[in-house]
Amino acid sequence: MVEIALPANSRVQPGKTVPAPAGATRVKRFNIYRYDPDSGANPRLDTFEIDLDACGPMVLDALLKIKNEIDSTLTFRRSCREGICGSCAMNIGGANTLACLKPIADIEGDVAIYPLPHMPVVKDLVADLSVPYAQLASVRPWMQTQSPTPPDSERLQSPEERELLDGLWECILCFCCQTSCPSYWWNGDRYLGPAVLLQAARWIFDSRDEMTGERLDTLEDPFKLYRCHTIMNCTQTCPKGLNPARAIGAIKGKLIERRA
Amino acid sequence: MGSDVKLRSALGRARGLGSAREGVGHFYAQRATAIGMIPLSLWFVISVIGLTHADYATLLDWVGQPLNATLLSLTVLTAMYHAQLGVEVVIADYVHGETLKFTLLTASTMAAFLLGAAMVVSILKVAVGV
Repeated sequence: MVEIALPANSRVQPGKTVPAPAGATRVKRFNIYRYDPDSGANPRLDTFEIDLDACGPMVLDALLKIKNEIDSTLTFRRSCREGICGSCAMNIGGANTLACLKPIADIEGDVAIYPLPHMPVVKDLVADLSVPYAQLASVRPWMQTQSPTPPDSERLQSPEERELLDGLWECILCFCCQTSCPSYWWNGDRYLGPAVLLQAARWIFDSRDEMTGERLDTLEDPFKLYRCHTIMNCTQTCPKGLNPARAIGAIKGKLIERRA
Repeated sequence: MGSDVKLRSALGRARGLGSAREGVGHFYAQRATAIGMIPLSLWFVISVIGLTHADYATLLDWVGQPLNATLLSLTVLTAMYHAQLGVEVVIADYVHGETLKFTLLTASTMAAFLLGAAMVVSILKVAVGV
């Protein structure tokens, strides 16, 4: 059944507080989820007071400042710091987003930072995404064709055909949407989730792909596809402004279309 | 089953038992019955309001009219079908034990058939006057 409360060994305890340096004027408190599986202890919430005059504008800047100057054990993923790699996806101020694209100034009061929800935690802010990665692989997110590769040209696509992929190709696979979806929380072992279904749509609507029917076959399932109830947390949380709910609706539309 | 599941690869678990190759029929039927319920509900509510102060004999006479009996049967059957589809969705969402889930799905379907049959027989009993 649905898990209402966290298991006893996952409940978050109060942690340490690191005050801002003396003389700091613009102080912001960052409450950060910490968990170290090797310690055997419960997760805890550490508080770091940061002087915003000595910190970059984004939440990722604050995390890097904490790691570099205050507590080097703070663990999180980051790479490009410009919203294209998807590594620093986490739950900031109650919503999944990319730390590198989230301005600290956008958050009123203290900044609460947790890992992506309802995923196993590897350490601190690092969620275990091996299941969503495998689900992504299961929809074969690459071009599949029957006709041979043209010997002397690319597989052509008209500008109109290419336009169908707008809003789909931009996904960076940060899994903010995937882990914001209540249906994915309750049935993540069988429901493919918004990020994976958006990737499936990206190939279903690609005019060059020739396996559309097989792709629809693998999706037509009460759990893989139809656990989506258009809750639209995915669309609300996407840091790239994409609309996974619409992509899923379009897949459902294709399934209706082929039987009507 | 059991402990060996954890050693299965993530991709093996994600692919699972594969696609059931169904779901679109359920999806379509849920929406079709919802749309069908709009005129039927309006007709039913307006009719009941019109019968507010009617006595028992008038009500029996109203149910006995062929058009009313037909629309009443259609209303309860559509409502039962739609309710059963909706309960299936709730069970699939929230019940995770396979045995309990299968039992509840079967029981909810049986309950819908039972209630639908009972209501149609009641309507016919009045309409045909057996």
